[in-house]
Amino acid sequence: MDIQLQEVEYRYAAGTPFERLAIQHVSFAIPEGAFLAVIGHTGSGKSTIIQHLNALLQPTKGKVIIGDRVISAGKKEKNLKAVRKKVGIVFQFPEHQLFEETVEKDISYGPMNFGVPEEEAKRRAQKLIRQVGLSEEVLQKSPFDLSGGQMRRVAIAGVLAMEPDVLVLDEPTAGLDPRGRKEIMDMFYDLHQKRGLSTVLVTHSMEDAALYADEMVIMHKGKVYKQGKPRELFSQPDELAGLGLSVPDVVRFQHRFEALSGIQLTKTCLTIDELAEELSHAKKRGGLS
Amino acid sequence: MKEPVISIRHVNFRYPEQTQYALKDISLDVAKGEWLAIVGHNGSGKSTLAKMLNGLHYPEEGQVTICGFSLKEEFVWEVRKRLGMVFQNPDNQFVGTTVQDDVAFGLENNGVPHEVMTARVKNSLQRVGMLDFLNQEPHHLSGGQKQRVAIAGVIALQPDIILLDEATSMLDPRGREEVLSTVRQLKEEQDLTVISITHDLEEASRADRIIVLNEGTVYREGTPEEIFQLNEELIGLGLDVPFPVKLSRVLRLEDFKIVSNHLTEEELVRELWTSNFKK
Amino acid sequence: MMEKMIFGRYLPLQSAVHQLDPRAKLLFIFGFVIVVFLANNALSYAVLAAFTFVLIYLSKINIRFLFAGLKPVIWLIAFTFLLHIFLTKEGDLLVEVGFLKVYEGGVRQGAFISLRFLLLIFVTSLLTLTTSPISITDGLESLLNPFKKLKLPVHELALMMSISLRFIPTLMDETDKIMKAQMARGADFSSGPIKDRIKAVVPLLIPLFVSAFKRAEELAVAMEARGYRGGEGRTKYRLLHWKWKDTVALSLLFVLAAVLWRLRS
Repeated sequence: MDIQLQEVEYRYAAGTPFERLAIQHVSFAIPEGAFLAVIGHTGSGKSTIIQHLNALLQPTKGKVIIGDRVISAGKKEKNLKAVRKKVGIVFQFPEHQLFEETVEKDISYGPMNFGVPEEEAKRRAQKLIRQVGLSEEVLQKSPFDLSGGQMRRVAIAGVLAMEPDVLVLDEPTAGLDPRGRKEIMDMFYDLHQKRGLSTVLVTHSMEDAALYADEMVIMHKGKVYKQGKPRELFSQPDELAGLGLSVPDVVRFQHRFEALSGIQLTKTCLTIDELAEELSHAKKRGGLS
Repeated sequence: MKEPVISIRHVNFRYPEQTQYALKDISLDVAKGEWLAIVGHNGSGKSTLAKMLNGLHYPEEGQVTICGFSLKEEFVWEVRKRLGMVFQNPDNQFVGTTVQDDVAFGLENNGVPHEVMTARVKNSLQRVGMLDFLNQEPHHLSGGQKQRVAIAGVIALQPDIILLDEATSMLDPRGREEVLSTVRQLKEEQDLTVISITHDLEEASRADRIIVLNEGTVYREGTPEEIFQLNEELIGLGLDVPFPVKLSRVLRLEDFKIVSNHLTEEELVRELWTSNFKK
Repeated sequence: MMEKMIFGRYLPLQSAVHQLDPRAKLLFIFGFVIVVFLANNALSYAVLAAFTFVLIYLSKINIRFLFAGLKPVIWLIAFTFLLHIFLTKEGDLLVEVGFLKVYEGGVRQGAFISLRFLLLIFVTSLLTLTTSPISITDGLESLLNPFKKLKLPVHELALMMSISLRFIPTLMDETDKIMKAQMARGADFSSGPIKDRIKAVVPLLIPLFVSAFKRAEELAVAMEARGYRGGEGRTKYRLLHWKWKDTVALSLLFVLAAVLWRLRS
């Protein structure tokens, strides 16, 4: 399923003295099977965009096309559940949405809202609890007896249980320790790879954007500043610095090296291994000359 | 080592109704004017230790002395005047309805006279760069700004020690940078002792000394250079290491000559260039 | 949704009304509520209305803003008006539709009562629009101070009020976030039979309570760490200054009362 945003504008509290323009002229597409990263500062409009992807917000101008549904400005929209079933959102600090007596019930809440029978929902809960790295015994516990990191995983399982076609992640690893961060991102990437799940990652971590995304949108002051492949966009660190954004450590290091040595590597490296390999080549070339 | 402002001797601590010790036989000193980072994964006991330093927990066994006061109920308010704390969640420590009210809160609690109070509120806010936000309400501030106000609230009480309990973990990169540069600047201006409890590498590598906690005990102690050399060992503990350390390791495997252990990219770039490419 | 609420909001402007001592404004409102009842004929109501509009003018608050703020109570006013029209049986009969009879006295009563209601809402809105919530709290604390002798926990009440005020926007944001998160999981808050709708609120309320308790706990720890140990020995950052203008404002109320007394029939 594809999602397309066309010239989307959104104003909060439109028509009151407190009106505020959040995003404007936002156009981009999320083709099926893509892994798209959206980066930008807090307040650049990222969260507003997310809420358009499953019609939690309706644009005040322009339109959002989600599969075969068109959500456009000014129209009264009905039966949005059908849209929300297809686009799962893991919000920032998703553990705040837990409420049921048991983990199993909480994971089943989403699917059952969308008409999945209880048996099936439970089956999904059993499968997913392991997928997010917890044991089955957790299912019968109260979510409020778990640690913060475990709660986060349960909440994620609750969204995955809806079996959406598109998964939207808003800073899914915020506040976790390094190990937890890596485990969770690897899990999402695995899902994307194995099942071709379209994924939208909203993040402050340039490392994650470089590592996982195949397409990147840079938001700045409510507008799409640029869109492209991470490798292209990160090859202009000065431009990103101008927006107050950074580039991954690897990229910054490569640019420092190139500036000091005068040697140009053949491509912008996104991982440490890539960089080491490129440097080896450069060394050999240097040795020959 | 200079005179210690904090000394902890053989401290054990359990949470009520728990058999497992959250802190086991912890002993450490903090020198005046030092920046100490305490790192450890979630559940390593670092937050428990932080709360103990502020008298929010008392040791079950052992001794904690802060600025000459033994940590007991009778001295706890004296300790709190000397050790100010900045917590993790920017929202849940903002008491006042506006920025200036919040900074004044601690001063009011300590019975500071009104004229002194107004001067100190202004001065503290100026030092954290938030003087222009005097009448702002908290929900109009960013996370980083709220944490700077919290810091202003702490320094208004003119403490000897400032303790950051994961104070940057809920912030975006910009907010994190705001808070860390504010703390660094304050530390340079006066002889402030800084203790930061963190799993942020940036924050830890700026410290003079790092203590690694694991399962309630002091696992390692040393300068950032020494600690980050442990590399794999830290990753095994659920921690991370700075980028130059990671890169050095991979480069060495690729037969590059990297002799020293670098914490900054500048140093590593220079050595990479001079010992491997330059002729 | 909540951003459209105007009633109870503070608009920071610079005006004579804004600069008054909150205690003066609180006492003024208290007095005004009583004085309003002195008016009982067209002339006295006209004076009362004129007085109110002068106040609004002095406050520099856009009158449209006040009318916009009326929206939530407009039905209440309309209902009161209709109730009086149909239930008062005085004066000449004006219209008769079936069993409903409208008398001249009913229309007059209805108009007066609605006007009284309207003016009271205007003046109280003016208080919240021109006085920051924290000043209102300070004013109340100061006015209630004498009751401390009667063991009324005045400091604690004021602190509770100011903390609530500080956390209202935070909790509103939080409500919005949790609501959206549950809607993304298929919750429906706005349609279906009433029974389902009540059930739908559970996934919103529980997380909200859990988070509010967590906040309360953390806030208590933070307050303790910052040296809070009750009202004893505390000094105050915000001091109230009673100025001659405040005395003048209160005297105006007495003048109004006297005029209305003279005009009433």
